[in-house]
Amino acid sequence: MSPGSSDQSSLLERQTLSSKSPTLWLRARLIQAIRHFFTEKNYLEVETPYLIPAPAPEFHIDAVAVGAGFLHTSPELCMKRLLAAGYPRIFQICKCFRQGERGGRHLPEFTLLEWYRAEADYLGLMDECEEMVVFVLEELGLPPVLEVQDKTLDLQRPWLRFTVQEAFEQYASTPLEQAIANGRFDKTLVVEVEPHLGFPKPVFLCNYPSALAALARLSMDDPGVAERFELYLAGVELANAFSELTDPDEQRARFEMEMAKRKQHGKTVYPMPEKFLRALPFMPESAGIALGVDRLVMLLSHQKEIDRVVSFTPEEL
Amino acid sequence: MYNASNLRKGLKILLDKEPYVVVDFQFTKPGKGQALYRCKLRNMINGIMIDRTYRSVDSFESANLEQRKMQYLYNQEGHFYFMDQETYDQSALSVEQVGDAKNFLIDNLEVDVLLFDGIPIGLTLPNFVDLLVTHADPWAKGDSVAGDSKPVTLETGYTLRVPPFIEEGIKITVDTRTGEYVTRVK
Repeated sequence: MSPGSSDQSSLLERQTLSSKSPTLWLRARLIQAIRHFFTEKNYLEVETPYLIPAPAPEFHIDAVAVGAGFLHTSPELCMKRLLAAGYPRIFQICKCFRQGERGGRHLPEFTLLEWYRAEADYLGLMDECEEMVVFVLEELGLPPVLEVQDKTLDLQRPWLRFTVQEAFEQYASTPLEQAIANGRFDKTLVVEVEPHLGFPKPVFLCNYPSALAALARLSMDDPGVAERFELYLAGVELANAFSELTDPDEQRARFEMEMAKRKQHGKTVYPMPEKFLRALPFMPESAGIALGVDRLVMLLSHQKEIDRVVSFTPEEL
Repeated sequence: MYNASNLRKGLKILLDKEPYVVVDFQFTKPGKGQALYRCKLRNMINGIMIDRTYRSVDSFESANLEQRKMQYLYNQEGHFYFMDQETYDQSALSVEQVGDAKNFLIDNLEVDVLLFDGIPIGLTLPNFVDLLVTHADPWAKGDSVAGDSKPVTLETGYTLRVPPFIEEGIKITVDTRTGEYVTRVK
């Protein structure tokens, strides 16, 4: 390569980086606003290790192996051990790592906001989620009604709540039970249902079939569904939450099932997270939520690609 | 055989017994769910675009495609005829299959013809083709409405804009990908 073309590439790389400036400023202010929200509400900000020996065994989530351990796919297990030890309100903003996840809304290394609250359930988290996003908008001086990809996104409270059953009845060509039986739940959700969710009002899609919630508590009223929700804004999946499962035997059985599926499909089988299981009986009834910070920045900065809201993508390194 | 994780732009696969090329490709994954690959595919025979979403467990046959060097012979009654450089067999493509390439097809031009299961379905031109200017209006000084270019017609009937010094009877090089003038042939 001639020196000229190397200079040319360097120029393009620097131009791409500097063109991200407004988004990176928004991103930094957004993260500060999130911290402000939680510290005002008396949440403790925690940091848990990225390098862990035993990630939560979930069939569809692959951890990156590093040395003798793994990079965490979320801080869930460590944060729940803190809950069990008597920290009732905790939050964390951290990098998480998931092998092979790369697309317009996916990075293999991404930023997650995760928070847990004792003596709360997933309904309480829906309220808090609305409150947090509205607070952040105000701190950033953004209006509550935004134009996102030529559509109106109205973030004024209250937001909408649909069950998975209702959403499938309204938008899907296949009934929910049939989609699950055929292994087509995810595909039907992504292709037929998701594009309708979150315009103009955000939607909490809730009460997932119990088979689709490895760490969630089943509903008291209907054991066929789990107390889990996903939050959608403008067709974008932004957060996942549940009322936490606190029964260690049930949790171990579900982990074993996920491990068996991983093994059957030739995926890495992780060690059982024994210390987490040991702590679980001491965890109070609580609810937890993980929210994709990069995606929230995407929505608020009108970016279609996640690449535009981080300083570097893996390909740019 | 391919599986869904092999999908990427440009990959050619067989669907319902017809060859398709992946023209757009997006990885996605619902929370806690399985990886999905959303694709836009173009049917390589009729050009029709379709959307398909695949799961990581899905797999595909590869399409039996072959490119052969052929020489353009002539066109007759809506078909363009080519001769295989090795076997001397003749193949025909329809006007629709040839598409805009007809603007650059001159006798004896060597092209790549794409065969699917041995049947011709399309062609790829060389990036640059030299063509004769068969009609050009003389450049009128002061006629600067159209800036510093003027329209000319080539031996294939194709018209394009060229610099004012290009005259009838001159050969020019055209970029077949953009259809634009590149240079005058010396």
